[in-house]
This record gives sequence, structure tokens and C-alpha cells, in this order.
Amino acid sequence: MSEHKTMTLTLNVWRQKGPNAPGKFETYTAKGITEHHSFLEMIDVVNEDLIKAGKDPIVFDHDCREGICGMCSQVINGVPHGGQERTTVCQLHMRKFKDGDTIYIEPWRAAAFPILKDLIVDRSAYDTITQAGGYTSCHTGGVPDGNALLVPKGVADYAMDAAECIGCGACAAGCPNSSAMLFTSAKVAQLAVLPQGQAEAKKRVTSMVDAMQECGFGNCSNHYECQAVCPKGINVKFIAKLNREYLKAQF
Amino acid sequence: MSLFTSTVGRKIIMAITGQLMVLFVIVHLLGNSSIFIGPNGINAYAEHLHSLGPLVWVFRLIMLVLVSLHGWFGIQLTLENKAAATTTYAVNRKLKASFAGENMIWTGLIVLAFIVYHLLHFTARVTPDIVAGTDAAGRYDVYTMVVSSFQHGAIALIYIVAMIALLLHLFHGIQSFFQTMGWNSERSQCRITTGGRVVAAILGLGYIAIPVSILIGILNK
Repeated sequence: MSEHKTMTLTLNVWRQKGPNAPGKFETYTAKGITEHHSFLEMIDVVNEDLIKAGKDPIVFDHDCREGICGMCSQVINGVPHGGQERTTVCQLHMRKFKDGDTIYIEPWRAAAFPILKDLIVDRSAYDTITQAGGYTSCHTGGVPDGNALLVPKGVADYAMDAAECIGCGACAAGCPNSSAMLFTSAKVAQLAVLPQGQAEAKKRVTSMVDAMQECGFGNCSNHYECQAVCPKGINVKFIAKLNREYLKAQF
Repeated sequence: MSLFTSTVGRKIIMAITGQLMVLFVIVHLLGNSSIFIGPNGINAYAEHLHSLGPLVWVFRLIMLVLVSLHGWFGIQLTLENKAAATTTYAVNRKLKASFAGENMIWTGLIVLAFIVYHLLHFTARVTPDIVAGTDAAGRYDVYTMVVSSFQHGAIALIYIVAMIALLLHLFHGIQSFFQTMGWNSERSQCRITTGGRVVAAILGLGYIAIPVSILIGILNK
């Protein structure tokens, strides 16, 4: 590792002891960071130092560190996941930063995502939305024949694009209105185009939209910030699809 | 009806009422541009409109309903959005959201205040700058009234500022309508956004052309 140039960075990190405790920014210096560190590994390095110094480490969500689980959730310099296209925080690398940079790290901020500690928020509101209709009720049994239920390639691709959502919460975190429309619409659209989902399409869209509203998310006003910050590039065409499905469900 | 209470339903109502008002804005601009023909143009146009009698009142009532629904839900949804986003980020960088989109409530309220002023001004004609009279053909002289009013720089400025607000409002609003109604696709969305902005610019600049033409003397008494 000695051949690598290292960086020293100034971090302003949101520290908050608990859901009701007042939070504030603390400043830390991240030393010995190479361009190969991921953003989370960089915080690991800072936490090692904090632990050695007998201080509380920075608490943050993470799991797979492969960009597929949707756990990491940090707003870096004002953008959820840091602003690199289709990238989660864990896949953001320190080569995107320069020696001497100052970085602000904040948790998702939305009334529906209360802060639990430091950079961790409670995202169970997304589970509530999914529970309201993000599934198909069907009898389970033997595996159906491969050609028993035909799904055209284009439809399967469309559903797969929507299913790419990892439910990380960046859409609501980035939205000026804290709206969860991109997340909700991805689930609604994915199931609405598939034969298995069409039976419950009307009930699904109204229940999920109601659940979203009850969770305290805002109203979508078509800024499309969600798509720009989505680590999976979920397209706002799914929001248009949700709106169409919602209109259909009225009749 | 969930259309009047749900998040998506109220947006659909806003989209439909907004778009109907855009149609009005288009027709109103076409009518107003008859001022460039001269007194015979706009005075004849105004007389024709007023000859419609009760239809004028039906039309006014419809417009009142549209403005009320759009304004009511616009304020309601904005307040809810503020409540949903209680805490703001210390660093706030937007990748995509636009100035026009983020200030819909303010441009909307400016246009609403303008509508009240505009009705008191050229419809009720209760402001002190109004020059009321009839032209040679015995028609109400709209041309002289408008030209004399806009020769006051401050009045022309109110109209210009209001029309800039309208331009910004439609800059975001027209594409927003297509998205909320679901009348777009991944392919068309970009073109609809550009098209909506072009239409907004044409309408805004078209309206602004009238007070500007009077201020710089292209149209005069």
C-alpha cells in the first residue's frame, strides 16, 4: 500500500444519539485514505480511530457493500448516495474525491424516515407501503409449465427494470417534497404489467397510494430528482404508469 | 371520492384544471393580439365577446371553479409537502429539480394575485388609470383604455412581472400535466418537457409583447 498516495479529508458528520435527541454536525479528519477505499471503508477508517480514542464510532447502515442490498443511506454533500450516477454509497469510491476535500455526511431527511441514530433512519415506512399491496395473492402449488403463462419479452424487461428498485429510500430523501412516488410506482408498475399482478391491479394501486400518504410522505410534483439520485436508475415513466393505473382504478 | 382526498387524485384534478386554464391562456393571448391590428381589431373583438350575453357568465363561472380548485389543492399539497420535509439538509444540491418547478407555489400565488388585479383593472375598471370612452363606431374603446394604462410604467411593469411568473409556472406545469395524467412515455417525456417549455415561453413572451410595445411606442393612441 505504501506506493499509494493518501488523502486527508475533513468530514462534517451528523451525530444524533437517538430519535428524540437533538443532532449536530461533528468534524472529523479522515487520514490515510487511498483512492481504492470505498466511501464506507473511509468511514470505517475514521471509526477505527474513534474507537482507539475511546469515542463513539459513527453509526451508519450497510450490509452487502456490493450495491444491491439497499442498506447504505447517506446524503453526501447534499445528494443521496453522493451523486455518482447509478451508484450506492458503498460503491462510491474515494477516487471521486481530492486530497483536502471537505465532505458533509447527513442521514436521509424526511418526516416519514425518523432518524434512529447518527446516519441511520427508520425506513419501515417503505415496508408499510409494500405490505399495502406490493405482492400478488395466488395459490402456491407445483411450478407451472414454462409456457403456461406467456409474458412477452418487452413486458418482462419492463417489469424487471421496475423490479431493480432496492428500496433504499434515496428517492424520498432526494425529493424536495419527501415523496415516495418513485418507490411506490416501481412496485405498482412491475406488478401491473405482469399477468400475475393484473387481477389485483386496481386494489393495489389505491391501497399503496393511500399507505404512502398515511406514512407521511409528500406529494409528487414531478421534479424528477428521484430518478437522478436513484442508484438503480429507476425511471419516472413508472410514476406516469402509476398515475395511469390510479386513473383506471377510479372507474 | 378519493380523487379529492388522495395524493394522486388531487394532483390529477390540479393537472386537469391547470391544463384547461392553459387553453384559456392560449385563447386569451390570441384575442389580445388583435390589439396589434389597432382599435378596430380589439374593439370589435371585445364587442363580439360581450354580445355573447349569459354565455360570458357561464364561462366566468367555469374559470372561477378552475382557479379555485387549482389554487386550493395547490396550497394544500404544498403545505403537506412542507410538513413531509420538515428538516432540510445542511448542504442542498439538486441534480435535476428546476427553479421553476421548486417555486410553483410562489409563481402560482403571484399569478393569482395578478388575476384579482387584472379583473379589477380591465374587467371591473375600478382603478384610477382607466380611460373609458367609445370609439368612432360607438363601441367601447378597449384600445385607448389599454394603451393609456400601459403608458404608466408601473402598471406595465406589474403585467410584465406577472407574465414572467406565468411563464415560469407553465415552464414546469405543462410537462407536469402529461406526467400526472400518465399521457407520456420514456421516449416522449423529454420532447414533452421541451415542447412545454417552448409553449410556455411563446405564451409568456406573447403577453409581455403587449405592454412592451406600448411602452416603447409601437402601439400608441
